[in-house]
Amino acid sequence: MFSYFPHTDDDIRQMLERIGVKSLDDLYSDVPADFIYKGEYDLPEAMDEQEVREFFEAVAAKNPRMKVLVGAGAYDHYTPSVIPYITSRSEFITAYTPYQCEISQGTLRYIFEYQSMICALTGMDVSNASMYDGPTAAAEAMRMAVACAKKKNTVLISSGLLPHVREVIRTYAKYYGTTIEEIEMVEGRTSLESLKKLMESGDVAGAIVPGINRFGVIEDLTGFAEALHAQKAILVEYCDPSALAVTKTPAGWDADVAVGDGQPLGIPLCYGGPYVGFMACRKDYMRKLPGRIVGETVDGSGKRAFVLTLQAREQHIRREKATSNICSNESLMALWVTVYLSLMGPKGMQQVNDLSYAGAHELHDKLIGTGKFEKAFDAPFLKEFVLKPLVDVKKLQQALREAGFLAALETEEGLVSFCVTEKHLKDIDPLVDVIKAL
Amino acid sequence: MKYYDKLIFELSREGRTGYSLPKASASAAIPAELSRESALPLPEVSEVDVVRHYTNLSQMNFGVDTGFYPLGSCTMKYNPKINEEIANMAAFGGLHPLDDQLPGVDMVYDEMDKALAAITGMKHFTFKPCAGAHGELTGLMIMKQYHQNRGDLARTKVIVPDSAHGTNPASAAVCGFDIVEVKSNAAGLVDVEDLKPLLGPEIAGIMMTNPNTLGLFEKDIKEIAALVHECGGLLYYDGANMNPLLGMVRPGDMGFDIMHLNLHKTFSTPHGGGGPGSGPVGVCERLAHLLPADIQNRVPAIPGEEKVGSVSGFHGNFGIILRAYTYILMLGRENVKMAGKLATLGANYIKESLKDAYKLPIPTVCKHEFVFDGLIDDGSATGKPGATTLDVAKRLLDFGFHAPTIYFPLLFHQALMIEPTETESKETLDEFIDVMHKIAAEAAQDPDILHSAPHSAPISRPDETTAARKPVLKYQDETE
Amino acid sequence: MSKVIEGLLYSESHEWVKVEGNIAVIGVSDFAQSEMGDITYVDMPDVDDEVTKGEDFGALESVKASSELYSPVSGTVVEVNEELEDAPEKVNEDAYENWIIKVEMSDESELEGLMDAAAYAEITK
Repeated sequence: MFSYFPHTDDDIRQMLERIGVKSLDDLYSDVPADFIYKGEYDLPEAMDEQEVREFFEAVAAKNPRMKVLVGAGAYDHYTPSVIPYITSRSEFITAYTPYQCEISQGTLRYIFEYQSMICALTGMDVSNASMYDGPTAAAEAMRMAVACAKKKNTVLISSGLLPHVREVIRTYAKYYGTTIEEIEMVEGRTSLESLKKLMESGDVAGAIVPGINRFGVIEDLTGFAEALHAQKAILVEYCDPSALAVTKTPAGWDADVAVGDGQPLGIPLCYGGPYVGFMACRKDYMRKLPGRIVGETVDGSGKRAFVLTLQAREQHIRREKATSNICSNESLMALWVTVYLSLMGPKGMQQVNDLSYAGAHELHDKLIGTGKFEKAFDAPFLKEFVLKPLVDVKKLQQALREAGFLAALETEEGLVSFCVTEKHLKDIDPLVDVIKAL
Repeated sequence: MKYYDKLIFELSREGRTGYSLPKASASAAIPAELSRESALPLPEVSEVDVVRHYTNLSQMNFGVDTGFYPLGSCTMKYNPKINEEIANMAAFGGLHPLDDQLPGVDMVYDEMDKALAAITGMKHFTFKPCAGAHGELTGLMIMKQYHQNRGDLARTKVIVPDSAHGTNPASAAVCGFDIVEVKSNAAGLVDVEDLKPLLGPEIAGIMMTNPNTLGLFEKDIKEIAALVHECGGLLYYDGANMNPLLGMVRPGDMGFDIMHLNLHKTFSTPHGGGGPGSGPVGVCERLAHLLPADIQNRVPAIPGEEKVGSVSGFHGNFGIILRAYTYILMLGRENVKMAGKLATLGANYIKESLKDAYKLPIPTVCKHEFVFDGLIDDGSATGKPGATTLDVAKRLLDFGFHAPTIYFPLLFHQALMIEPTETESKETLDEFIDVMHKIAAEAAQDPDILHSAPHSAPISRPDETTAARKPVLKYQDETE
Repeated sequence: MSKVIEGLLYSESHEWVKVEGNIAVIGVSDFAQSEMGDITYVDMPDVDDEVTKGEDFGALESVKASSELYSPVSGTVVEVNEELEDAPEKVNEDAYENWIIKVEMSDESELEGLMDAAAYAEITK
């Protein structure tokens, strides 16, 4: 028998005997005969492990290996070796959601630590145990805004949010029945005037704005919370959690909810997933948070213990009245983030940002120096920035690709974006050389 | 071993570091008004602190690699290690999701699409959904879009059986549908007579799990499908219980129009303590053009027919998709046929072996799982309070087994839902059966042994009431 | 045997009403609290919210369950019992002393459909 199936012929015979049937097929006697699939499955024949390994090596070889100097929602930060080592431990990886808390204290403890660290980064009071990714966390925040506001049904989103974030919010909103309006950008920043104008309808439940927008510009959210709170609407900030080590926090901007993608915290690019969405809020909105939450308590003998709590919000109890349908989330990726932040600490997080900032500004200035770009905006940025190209974008991208760089991603406006992390400091000059040679 | 009770924050000492980075020559010069306004309260620990701490935490966890995990509806089958090796290849980890020139990646998605179509009888799949409930939501969006494209805007209701997973009604609500519940009959199946009057021009479709959460095959599915289609609705298949049908029955052949699969159940990818999963959604041919667009653009839109928009950031959980593809290649055409049968064999074997000690409300042949309704003799004859399903579950932990799913489905008060999967040996099942008998005997003699269980886990039963009344949801430095 | 108090009106979904002029003081019965077990949270509406007879205005939560609260009358919420926000266990301690919301009724004739103590005691026997 196949190696994942431990049954001997004799086992099967004895088990069938206990059940009182003659064959394995008899176990399907309740299935109408015409539903039993009698054809040959159109699948390849079984491979052995070595064949599988060689197969995937060949698959991997078809993908050109690029040096990644773009971000746009997926950032190529360095992953310390400890993380994959810890997160590969089978006690973590082969466990289910911690329903039996007495034998799941490992999972529950790291989720509690994760929640604490997300609160540390964002300044919020309460974090959930994780969401699928940043964009779905933003979509859940959209629904949370509507739930908090009760009768109002419009949510504003900044057009400075990344396109893939806006699209997911729009998809969820369309079927949920919420109206989405976009706040305009002025000079590379989300316009407070535009937000105020859109609020005149009186139907605004909340607004989702980026901390750092898709141009890489660090937003100034002065006045946003005030304008929204005046109409009992909530401010949701979509943030890069890595940047929060050095930029003003959602709490600092008086936001009510903070969401984003945890990917920049040591999670490999891996073609877009698995990543981890985070979602945190002020205490007032705790009961409206979707997803799992871990809390601290004591066991029968007074020992500190951790449990899933506030579960009456969730689908398995509240069914259609739950705050969300989410069940499985991205627990293991939350461990990934927790181990990363433990290793980095406040100083490491500062250093990642210092290095990325220095690299991005160096590349920015050198690119301007080639005479092939102009500044797009005069606004502060951290590790990602856009420029106005003076050369043909397709040719530019092609030349970079041929030299092994994934860079100069084109935005909706025809600008090109670049990103430098601490991992790519040595790629700056070679990249500039490619462009000089254009 | 000594009980470990630290949080990483409690190991922190100012000045300790656990990272290795290039030297920085200057600080990020962010304007003061845009800078972080307070210190960042993360722990300061060394690399060895981190490794020991998380290794200690891992030892307070129980996984499939630790022992038998008969958690009903969760399909805790063995997670093959070659899956991990392939998904962790550096060559895949470095791929940026916006790189649209990756032929190897395109091939993985295309081949997975074909394999899942072959296994399920669906036409095409989207891989964007990141979990089962996410798949349900995506599938319901497709259902709604189908009706909208036809101008049939009156279809605002979705029928959900009373035995359904909680995610079904919750997903329908997130998709903006109203929910209509259909009852189960005495045999534990959807009551066709109860269903008939519910059908009409307001019904967008029905969500079904087959086999259902009682582990029973909905044998009237042909009639149900005909009735729902006749009224203009669509059939959604909740793939959480697909495992017993793997290699035996294809949802597409039963008349289902839309379905999701849980790759982290049926296709052996690990659950990771609650994710990441993957919930690809498959549809029949007439709905294929409604699938969310993806980078490969397998199914282009039809002019005038709006597609469902994106439901997640990029292309779903590629790392999980790689694991499932590895599993399918290892199993191959010949072994896939055995998986469902052996899962069903194990469930029926346990059911028949324990029905003398546990109440079996529905005695017919089950599929991959089945439900007991508590102990036959709960010990209340001793004058002490009887042992409940919760008590049985907690006592099982003392014997080195994970507990079954408890108090679900809601149809029975003392539900104990057992799913062994095909990767467990007869010896393991026999050990489990012996322990369950032993627990039943204990309950009959002295239910207090069960009330106070577990006795040998890292902690005893926690005070969940206080946890919910006075929530403590993050670390507070008491020295502050 | 759960407690039923004379002089209150009761609904089939186990809420009680004390009529004070055109204000309905609403709580849950002793039977309801004992069925729930340890109440961990009382989900209440905000002042000025409208409630409708027969529709839910909040919920009682325990660790593993949630039970909707259905309004026995229609009207506007004029007060909510804020003490319950931090001490939901008060409903377990005395379900009649610890009311949940006060509603200014828009249609006092709706009271006619409710049960008196004797009739309610009968259905919770």
